[in-house]
Formats: sequence, structure tokens, C-alpha cells
Amino acid sequence: MAGPTINALEQFSLTPGLGGLGKAIDFSNSNEAMLAAAVIIALIFGLGLKARALVPGRTQALVELLYEFVRNMCVDTIGEEGLRFFPLVFTIFSFILLGNLIGLFPYFFAFTSHIAVTLALALFVFVFSTGVGFYTHGFKFFTFFVPSGVPGWLLPLLVPIEIISYLSRPVSLSVRLFANMTAGHVMWEVFAGFMLLLTASFGIFGAFASVVPLGLNVALAALELLVAGLQAYVFAILTCLYLHDAVHMH
Amino acid sequence: MRKLTTAVLLSILPSAALAEGTMPQMDFTNPLTLDQVGWMAVIMVVLYLVLSRWGLPQIGKVIESRADVIAKDLAAARAAKIEADTAVAQLNAALVAARAAAQGEVARAVAEAKAKATADAAALNAQLDAKLAAAEAQIEAARASALAAIKPVAAEAAGAILLKLTGSLPGEDVLAPNLDAALLARSGG
Repeated sequence: MAGPTINALEQFSLTPGLGGLGKAIDFSNSNEAMLAAAVIIALIFGLGLKARALVPGRTQALVELLYEFVRNMCVDTIGEEGLRFFPLVFTIFSFILLGNLIGLFPYFFAFTSHIAVTLALALFVFVFSTGVGFYTHGFKFFTFFVPSGVPGWLLPLLVPIEIISYLSRPVSLSVRLFANMTAGHVMWEVFAGFMLLLTASFGIFGAFASVVPLGLNVALAALELLVAGLQAYVFAILTCLYLHDAVHMH
Repeated sequence: MRKLTTAVLLSILPSAALAEGTMPQMDFTNPLTLDQVGWMAVIMVVLYLVLSRWGLPQIGKVIESRADVIAKDLAAARAAKIEADTAVAQLNAALVAARAAAQGEVARAVAEAKAKATADAAALNAQLDAKLAAAEAQIEAARASALAAIKPVAAEAAGAILLKLTGSLPGEDVLAPNLDAALLARSGG
């Protein structure tokens, strides 16, 4: 039986964006999506700040909700010092959230499904929080790897474990986001491919049967919407946690 | 048919997912894979500057001014409440004072009326006593004058009776003491 071949991974392939200009400056379709995300964030802020009403309208309420959500996350997780990192955390959170969300739309590229992108973000968070740790505590930051209240003979075992778990932070941070987004988009494409295959293989009966994968895709859409918000939140709150460790060392 | 469907479903899942075999995410021979990170850095730095210099402080200002307005309104409401409370307290105090004054006035009027009534009653009694005394004196005078008027008549009658009985008129010095004794006995009896 010869059905159409479905390539569920093709959606992740990078192509030059912006027409000929993108080819010249290596500006890919994923960068287009990033630019779109940044522009949408700036636009929402511009619209939300137009009225500056005492009783906010919808867009203003949305921006204020985002602002207070991330601000509370910073203050609750890092403490009052967290306000210094609030713009950074907000930028990372809003960028990933918008990237996840616009990736859900057909023909839009989900740049958070690229391990290079998520690993770069995670490495930046890792290097930045480590830098904050050394900037705040100097060389005393090394004592972060020595758990307190542990008998001395256990330390040779525990210190390497602590160091390994610390070094694995960027890996888990990046792979979590990358794997979630990739898996969701692959599943969507696979179920959509089922519909084409069923119709091609079984004719009219197959067309009726493809209601099942269609329903699954509808349910998946809801799940992916949840995952898009949740993974952005997880990335942001873990960034806050790492910064908390760097500032407070415990 | 059923067997065939299962076989198809089983066969297409891996073949669909891995049709090309490699993931574009892992294709580091494509220069775009790493170059997208460079452009992401540029976009994120610009986004960070826009948000940290303009967007977030502006939103913060809006939220802060709202909190200020709410705090101000709450303070004004609190002040108004305190004002109203003092006004109510003043009103209550004024009511209590007015009630006390009115009760004092009533008590004073009652006392005045009582005193006036007592004085009137005393004056009336005195007047009546005086009238009574005058009447008694008048009666006494009338009695005395009557008694005085009886004496000559009685002397004349006794003289006439004695003249008829004895044929002689007794001397004035004999008749007068007996007359007085008899009159005294009568008026006393």
C-alpha cells in the first residue's frame, strides 16, 4: 500500500528567512519567530501603556498581570534582592512563553524546540547565576558544594555529587524545554499524518475513521497550550531558584 | 480488515516520526543551527533593553500610582469616619446636656409652684384666723354688751317684784350684790 510519506521532523528544519536578506546574514525562520515574539511583547506593552488607566482595560490588565506574576515570582523565590534580576527574568519568561505560544500556530516556527536555542538560554542562566554567586560571595561560593550538617567522612562522596548536580543544571533545564516542545509538535504531526494515511488507504471509510486522530489532535492542542505556559513558567522559576542559590547559598 | 488496520497503524508511527532519520535540531552541519543562537542573542538583548528601560518601569509606575490613589482614598475615608464619629459624639453630648438642663428647669418650676402654693395657703390661713378672731371678739363684745344691758332691766324687774311682794323698795346697796351674783350664776350656768 502506497500512502503519502509523512515527515514529522521536517517542521523543525531551519531555512533562511526574510527572503534573500536572510540568506546573506544567516537569519533563519526560527529567528523570524523570535523577532515576532519580541515584537509582540513590545506591542502588548505599547498597547497596555496607552491608557494608563486607574481601572485597567484588557490589554493593560494583561500586561499588569504578567508584570505582577513575574515580580512576585522573583520576590517570593529570590527574596527582595530578586528585584535586581526582575527585568532579566521577565525577558526570559516572556520570550520563551511567546515562543512556545506562536509555535503552536500552523506555519509558525517553534524556536523553543531547538536544543541549540534552549541550551544557549540555559547556559546563559547557568553562567549568569554562577557569576552572581561569585560576585556576591567571592571564593566562599565554593562552600555551596559542601552541604552543612553532614559528617566529615561523607564529604568526599557528597561534594562530587553536589558538583555534578550543579553542573547538570543547564542540561536538565534545556532538555526539559526542548523535549517538551519537540514531542508535542511531533505528536501533532503524527496524528495529522494518520488522517492522510487512513484516507489514502481506506477511502471513504478511512476518511470517517480519521475523526479519531482529529479528536486526539484537538485534545493535544489543549495539552500543548498548557505545556507552552507551564514550560515557560518552569524555566523562569528554575532561573529564579538558581539565582536564589547564588544570592543566599542555601 | 481489522488486522490490516492494526498493522498499518503500527507501521506508520515510527516511519512517520523518523522518515528522514535525523532531527534537524541535531544537524550541526547546517550553519543556521548555531547562527540562530547569535541572532537570538541580538533579539533578546534588544528586548531586554526595551523592557528594562521602558516597558517594566512604566508598568511599575502605573501600578504604584494606583496603589497611591487607593491609599489616599483610604486615608480620606478614615479621616471622614473619624470626623463623623466626633460629630456623633458631640451630638450625643449636646443631647445629654439639653436633657439635663430641661430636667433642671422642670424641677425648678415645680419647686417654685410648690413654694407659691405653700405661701398662698399660709396667707389664706392667716386671713381666716384673723377673721375668726375678729368674729369671736365681736361675739364676745356683743355678749358683754348684752350682759351689761340685762343688769339695769333685771334690777328694775327685781325692784318691782320686791315692791309688789314686800311693799318696800330695798336699798341699792343690798340689791346690787345679789343681782351680780345671780347674773354671774346664770351666765356661768
